[in-house]
Amino acid sequence: MPIQYYIALASCLFCIGVAGVLIRRNAIIVFMCIELMLNAVNLLLVAFSKMHYANAVTSDAKTIVGTDAQLFVFFIMVVAAAEVSVGLAIIVMMYRNIHSVDINFLNRLKN
Amino acid sequence: MSTSEILFWFLSVLALFSAIMVLVSKNPVHSVLWLIVVFFAISGHYLLLNAQFLAIVNIIVYAGAIMVLFLFVIMLMNLNKGTEPQKNIWMIFSGVISGGLLLWIFISASISAGDIVGKNALLKDGDIGLIQNLGKVLFSEYALPFEISSVLFLSAMVGAVVIGKKN
Repeated sequence: MPIQYYIALASCLFCIGVAGVLIRRNAIIVFMCIELMLNAVNLLLVAFSKMHYANAVTSDAKTIVGTDAQLFVFFIMVVAAAEVSVGLAIIVMMYRNIHSVDINFLNRLKN
Repeated sequence: MSTSEILFWFLSVLALFSAIMVLVSKNPVHSVLWLIVVFFAISGHYLLLNAQFLAIVNIIVYAGAIMVLFLFVIMLMNLNKGTEPQKNIWMIFSGVISGGLLLWIFISASISAGDIVGKNALLKDGDIGLIQNLGKVLFSEYALPFEISSVLFLSAMVGAVVIGKKN
């Protein structure tokens, strides 16, 4: 499968996430769009990993080129899980204080 | 058209449609469910690229843990009434235009880059995505980042408890 197709698919998913961050007001939906952007990047990393592997395997059948990219995806998932736990705790605390998750009311850190 | 190409197009259309449905759903619970569909489609892409470990981790961590956390928070806040406040049509318009311009830049910059013209991503074959190879490299070359990520999880857990505590 040509790598351009994967680039186009991941770009579309990433830009849908960007548009979602810009147009939605609900803080939880904005947070979900950030997860969507992270996943688009993960998909592109795996596709590039298999692209480099396909190039290297023609000369050396035992090569492990491309393993690094898949481990990077693993670490991105680890960081995303930590980020979600802290971010949702912050959103819950803000909802407890101002009884809304509209980001128009969340535009200042004070109070 | 081979089976893997048909699967690629099916999963791509499914992922893009569900991603758009995440944005346009009024009800936050429906958005979460559509996002789970996106994650399953991306896991299908990983399986198609023979990255089986990442496919199963994606389902367990994202669709299993993170999305349940989102659903839990939404239901805890009782937000499932579709309470989106006043919509500004110009804000939506400018957001879509900015996203479209960014997409245009990405596509036009990457489609003709010399490094990737004529390159293919290997479908179905190749065993670098299997857990044997990934485990070997993870616990030899990447052992230190792996241990540091456990400290990151510990600090995130402590942070979530401290933030969420009622004072």
